[in-house]
Amino acid sequence: MAVDTSAAAAPAADLPGTGGPSYLDHPRGLGSWLFTLDHKRIGVMYLVAILTSFLLGGVFALLVRTELLTPGPTIMDADTYNKMFTLHGAVMVFLFIIPGIPAALGNFVLPLMLGAKDVALPRLNLASFYFWVAGAVFSLVSIVLGAVDTGWTFYTPYSTTTSSAVVSMTLGAFILGFSSIFTGLNFIVTIHTMRPEGMSWFKMPLFLWGLYSTAIIQVLATPVLGITLLLLAAERVLGIGIFDPALGGDPVLYQHFFWFYSHPAVYIMILPAMGIISEVVSVFSGKHIFGYRFIAASSVAIAVLSFLVWGHHMFTSGQSGLTNVIFSALTFSVAIPSAVKVFNWLATMYKGSIRLAAPMVYVLSFLFLFAIGGLTGLFLGALSTDIHLHDTYFVVAHFHYVMFGGTVIAFLGGIHYWWPKMFGRMYSEKWAAVAALLIFVGFNLTFFTQFVMGSHGMPRRYFNYLPEFTAYHQASTVGSYVLGLGFVVMAAYLLHSLVRGAKAPANPWGGATFEWETTSPPKPHNFDRELVAGDPYDLDALVWDAASGGYVRRDPAAIRVGG
Amino acid sequence: MAAPSHAGHGHDPHLAHHFENPAQQSQAVRLGMWIFLATEVLFFGGLFVAYSVYRANNPEIFVFAHQFLDKNLGALNTVILICSSFTMAWAVRAAQLRQAGLLRLMLALTLLCAFGFLGVKAVEYHHKWEHGLLWARQYQPQVHAVGHDSGHGGTEGGAAAAVEPAPAVPDGDATTIPQAPEGPTGLAAAAAEPLPSGHVAAAEPRNAQVFFSIYFMMTGLHGIHVLGGMAVMAWLLVGSFRGAFTDGYFTPVDMTGLYWHLVDLIWIYLFLLLYLIH
Amino acid sequence: MHHDSEHPAVGHVASIRLLVTVWIALMVGTWLTVTATYVDLGPLNIWIGLAIATAKAVLVALYFMHMRWDKPFNAVVFLGAIAFLGLFIGFAMMDSAHYQVDVIPGYAPGMADR
Repeated sequence: MAVDTSAAAAPAADLPGTGGPSYLDHPRGLGSWLFTLDHKRIGVMYLVAILTSFLLGGVFALLVRTELLTPGPTIMDADTYNKMFTLHGAVMVFLFIIPGIPAALGNFVLPLMLGAKDVALPRLNLASFYFWVAGAVFSLVSIVLGAVDTGWTFYTPYSTTTSSAVVSMTLGAFILGFSSIFTGLNFIVTIHTMRPEGMSWFKMPLFLWGLYSTAIIQVLATPVLGITLLLLAAERVLGIGIFDPALGGDPVLYQHFFWFYSHPAVYIMILPAMGIISEVVSVFSGKHIFGYRFIAASSVAIAVLSFLVWGHHMFTSGQSGLTNVIFSALTFSVAIPSAVKVFNWLATMYKGSIRLAAPMVYVLSFLFLFAIGGLTGLFLGALSTDIHLHDTYFVVAHFHYVMFGGTVIAFLGGIHYWWPKMFGRMYSEKWAAVAALLIFVGFNLTFFTQFVMGSHGMPRRYFNYLPEFTAYHQASTVGSYVLGLGFVVMAAYLLHSLVRGAKAPANPWGGATFEWETTSPPKPHNFDRELVAGDPYDLDALVWDAASGGYVRRDPAAIRVGG
Repeated sequence: MAAPSHAGHGHDPHLAHHFENPAQQSQAVRLGMWIFLATEVLFFGGLFVAYSVYRANNPEIFVFAHQFLDKNLGALNTVILICSSFTMAWAVRAAQLRQAGLLRLMLALTLLCAFGFLGVKAVEYHHKWEHGLLWARQYQPQVHAVGHDSGHGGTEGGAAAAVEPAPAVPDGDATTIPQAPEGPTGLAAAAAEPLPSGHVAAAEPRNAQVFFSIYFMMTGLHGIHVLGGMAVMAWLLVGSFRGAFTDGYFTPVDMTGLYWHLVDLIWIYLFLLLYLIH
Repeated sequence: MHHDSEHPAVGHVASIRLLVTVWIALMVGTWLTVTATYVDLGPLNIWIGLAIATAKAVLVALYFMHMRWDKPFNAVVFLGAIAFLGLFIGFAMMDSAHYQVDVIPGYAPGMADR
């Protein structure tokens, strides 16, 4: 193939052959999917599994919100209500959001961004997926066995004494932990050992910095959850008694164990999301990312600082006063790197040429919602105000703003950004806008009301409530239905695009990272030639090519080995 | 998977296709194993946290209870594991130098040491079982092996406290989930049957069973890891009899070695913390 | 005959003398640890024991586990895990040492003797 190194746009024929099967078509057969070592196929399987979990968790959420339409029993009794919110939390946290972006999008995109053929340890990658499946089975079996009513936090001594199906659920979460650990391990090894020529650490796309920082947390924190759940199961089955006061144990110690993992876990949730935002905000502002090194450094800083603040979940638990004060002070520190990122993203947008396509709509939603979520975290991190707000709906609203308004919104942005690459199809921008609007409006209606009622004293996890809170709860429930409708619309147009969507070009958005240097969808082996890294945010290197309906490099030789 | 993308690169049967060269593959696998070991450190670490907290706040429990551990058996196990680490390290050397016979011998010796370790552990566990020195709920010490009537060994003797009447629960909110059959009663409840301590040395501190909970969790989890290591070593041994790991590809032996040395490392600390309490 | 570049480099090979030396050092360390428990130095005992155990651990890591000749990042990974564990132990111990047992008098009779 002749290489056109002229300054004019290179013809589409220069791109690695558009003929030939994609990873979706080759090899064929169910077995080739179930036993695949292809990171792209594993990513797609994870995506399906994780979105199914989101649907399940969402159903539990709608049941919870419907029950709360009126005080007292509405559609279920108190014990069932406890099981519903526990299942909502456990499914959403362990099955959906923790694996979430790294497993579903990271697996697909990471090797592509490195110009590599696969992750470093593909068999471990497949094992990760099957650990997820096994963990999901154990967790969901608990429903059949009578479900769990302890809340997703499994606090002792209630969790060690209730006769609900705690062991099955905790074993499920334990197994899911391995999935998370192995994914993180794989990503660290891949990024360390498989970066292409020219890609020093500070030439890496920021999504990879996000995944790397996340992986550090996954690897260090998840084992502690493992031992915590193991001890919990041992306490129930054998009577080990380390957390049980009647056997000489210490229930506050359980909370230390649990939150040593679970606080860093929330940064497992948000760091990859922030990575997505960095990618999309640059491309759709038509501008180089602002403050690359600061964003990269802040990712690692968040990962490290996240381990220093877990006690802020325990201010009213019986933790000592000294520890309370120390954790409150440290908690303020972890807000700083997050703020650094937000300012850099805004600076990227400033004087940029903004395209309001679906991924960017989600970026804008993220900035608004995550800012609210992050700022309300400060109210909770301050010891004195937290005494008033702990265990109220204020907390519920805060974490939904960061986890949903932050992570899920960014996840949706990432899905819409990489959808053309993953499936080779474009979706309807019009319907995407409709869904995004429904989700934004529905989300705020659901959760902003919860800030208000929480600060007025409405406790969380309560089945019943005083009549003065009725209007808030009803507004919140209506919001949740609007939110659900938004997702139904989204599912419809995304699925429709798989069969009827316009064929996607290799680079529909004009991104400069390597995943856009291969076909949409990619070949099984990803790239036909070895790539040399340049600046991942040098958007001027791309130019619109009307003939192919996408962006192409002005000088394709610049990123190829041998020039 | 895809064809290799370099011309002139001999096809090393042990090189996976997504790696560019054996050095990259070896580096990646090594790093991966060290990260896995880091996760094991934090996994066991939780138990070290529990140990530290309880020992710092209740040293008398540890001083009392450890007298039931045999220092000599513990030291023997430490020596056994150190020897097994030595033979394992030599096995790696043998694989690197393609010394097939020596590799088989060293792997077999390591496996033998591991069996020995578990054997000693079995003896110790049996001794504890005989004397009822088990974890919290099963703690029914009978060191002098006299017939006992201890009833339900789980509840704690503590000072009774006045219990506030629970606030009235509105209709529809009261739970119908029954308590687990052996539910404890918590700190604030009136004292139940005190632990049966009559047959043990005088001045048994309260909550002595906590030591044994920690002891069994730590040594039990360690033992499970020993078993896992033995399974992998057996697989390596079988492979070595079929001629594997003698063509210069020694990574599986090397990685197993790393894991096994960690098992030894953890035991070094367990021995000190559980057996050598002054 | 195989072409040299087809075989992965075996890296550093530990000499038998090195392995035996480390092994003997570990045995000596074990003997030391046990003997030290027969000498009563009060609270110092546990720290001496930990110091000897750590010395043994360093020998195993550096020589048996090849950390001495490995990429430094592998050591960073391992030491990092230990550092975070230390953080966990430190905070948990600090917290439990400062429990306010009598903040509500008589409420925790099980801890009355603390």
